[in-house]
Amino acid sequence: MSVDLEKILRPVEAEMKPYEPKYMMLASGEAVVVRQVFRDEIPDLLKHVEPLIHVERDYYDVVAARVYAELLGYYQYRFQDQYVLALQVDGELAAIVNGRQVTPTLGLSLHTLALRRGLRIGAHGFAAKMEYHIDTLGHDEVLIVAESPIGFRRWMIEYKLEKRFHIPHELGGVPSWALTRELFDRARSKLVVGRRPVPPELLDKALESILPPSDPPTPALDPLAATRAMYDPTATALVQQRWEMEKGAGNA
Amino acid sequence: MRDVYVAGIGITTFTRLEYPLVEIASYASMMALKDAGVTEVDQIYVANMGAPRVNHQTALASAVADSLSLLPAGAAAIENGPASGAAAIKAGFQAVASGMDDVVLVTGVERMREVNNLEATDFVATLTHPLTEYIYGVTLPAHAAMFARLYMEKYGVTERHLAMVGVKNQNAALNNVWAHLQQGITLEGILDSPEAMTNNPYVAEPLRFFDACPVSDGGAAIILVSKEKAQELGRPMIRLSGLGQATDTHAVFEREEPTDLLAVRKAAKDAYEMSGLSPEEIDVAELHDAFTILEIAESEEVGFFPKGEGHIALEKGETALGGKIPINVGGGLKGRGHPVGATGVAQAWEIVTQLRGDGEKRQVEGAKTGLTLNFGGFGNNVVCLTFVRED
Ligand SMILES: CC(C)(COP(=O)(O)OP(=O)(O)OC[C@H]1O[C@@H](n2cnc3c(N)ncnc32)[C@H](O)[C@@H]1OP(=O)(O)O)[C@@H](O)C(=O)NCCC(=O)NCCS
Repeated sequence: MSVDLEKILRPVEAEMKPYEPKYMMLASGEAVVVRQVFRDEIPDLLKHVEPLIHVERDYYDVVAARVYAELLGYYQYRFQDQYVLALQVDGELAAIVNGRQVTPTLGLSLHTLALRRGLRIGAHGFAAKMEYHIDTLGHDEVLIVAESPIGFRRWMIEYKLEKRFHIPHELGGVPSWALTRELFDRARSKLVVGRRPVPPELLDKALESILPPSDPPTPALDPLAATRAMYDPTATALVQQRWEMEKGAGNA
Repeated sequence: MRDVYVAGIGITTFTRLEYPLVEIASYASMMALKDAGVTEVDQIYVANMGAPRVNHQTALASAVADSLSLLPAGAAAIENGPASGAAAIKAGFQAVASGMDDVVLVTGVERMREVNNLEATDFVATLTHPLTEYIYGVTLPAHAAMFARLYMEKYGVTERHLAMVGVKNQNAALNNVWAHLQQGITLEGILDSPEAMTNNPYVAEPLRFFDACPVSDGGAAIILVSKEKAQELGRPMIRLSGLGQATDTHAVFEREEPTDLLAVRKAAKDAYEMSGLSPEEIDVAELHDAFTILEIAESEEVGFFPKGEGHIALEKGETALGGKIPINVGGGLKGRGHPVGATGVAQAWEIVTQLRGDGEKRQVEGAKTGLTLNFGGFGNNVVCLTFVRED
């Protein structure tokens, strides 16, 4: 008897309504398009997420590593009921948000990753994914965690999330927080924005290709920290080296 | 009293810096030493506000002296709230002017991103009056918001004026590679579009997110020298020509007219008197725009515009690059960032850059005189400096 093992390994996907794209104006005056990304475009996202795994600041490394694994899992049919939304400015990738449906009434937020800082792009992406859970998929609540202090401020504080500490979240088994439909309704007028339909030229540009971010977060400037600790406890040589490096980078 | 010159300047990028506090200070200092072409100094003053609380470190000046092998120079740290930087410059000025020292290193430094924003806001709030302000939860954004509200009612300043300062300074930072914020903003995006209220929410009404400076790490340094030493070093002759410092009541409610910043007025008056300059003779200025309303109010108190008319000058573009008196062309605190102890020194760094003609895209053409205003507390300790290019 032959067994099609792939059939066993591959999760049976639930029917999930697609996210209706929207757009909004950022503080910079640029328009950002929020749209759902499906399997065929995941390799493009992976290319742009990978460099962030090496950014050891603001938890970009841990978040990017996890997002990379989740996207790969989705691409290779090893993730149950995941969806991915991309935020693009002029085609360029500005943020990725993802999550999954646990049951037809319960959603789970996975990650929010901003590839351009200082414009609340991450916050807009998070609002869009909550909109997808509550309004499109009809979930009663969404389980959420934060991995970084700014994430905590953006989700737990801004949305006044409720504790569900008895539920270990799928991300690392840490205590969960929840956004309920009621909390979302209260936050809507302040935190959830966007216009529909997206004008065709904006949407076409976004669909054409996912361009790399032109100003992504970069690693912190201290590659010599370990050397310092071992050989140069008072740091004089390191300061000299860094100065030369920044000069080399065109900053001095 | 001897004349005092700025022979060297240095700065780090203002952002979140992942290296230790003393290295931030040392890095900026080393750049200033190299710029001046000196390897030894007589005296070191290090300005900092939060290290004991935020970084669990004290005696910074001794640490910097050792880190840069400047031993056995004299060294002392200066804490004077957000006006620490210019207060340290004052100490350096006195040391050289008195004839006691010939070469003084003044460094300002802060590493406030070591803690989260809530703690950073709280640490800065410790400068407020403990019994009449702090215990009621008054923070600096709260102070600035109440001040802005009064200013709006009295002088007709609107939220649009505040946003105009924010846009001007944050976009100016795009011309300054050392500035924290490298993201342009528009009035449409932060004020007029349907999304503006979400992009730019109230932090403390009427002040919104883009009305406040970001929380930054960073260091800046200058080398002060005597005239003979300056001539010997051969750098452009930039004289620290005027210095004024003044105080006001600790608790803001005790002021007879809270919209008057009397310490700013007095510090500027003394600096002008000492330098023999008038406000009309200043070519470029660095004002302390920790909140957008402050740039408007300070531009009046230092005498650039009549009281209550700063926002009108702003509307006319008089404070922008190319205007009558360009203010904060390197981004100010709003765009460059505000590592509190470093700010007063960074302001001097910008003015010296301008007077040397090294401002590149942000250069104020032909600038020969400049002014800095470092605003501590909520206006209860203010230092004003003027600089003149002599050659
Ligand atoms: C959490 C996250 C998604 C939030 O994104 P966001 O809503 O777009 O907000 P940002 O992170 O851009 O906001 C911070 C930026 O605002 C800007 N900012 C802060 N204060 C400012 C001010 N007063 N004026 C103007 N800009 C300011 C700065 O550029 C700051 O960036 P910096 O910390 O490098 O200086 C994003 O920070 C991120 O991807 N972080 C890494 C991964 C992560 O933590 N994900 C969430 C896990 S729960």
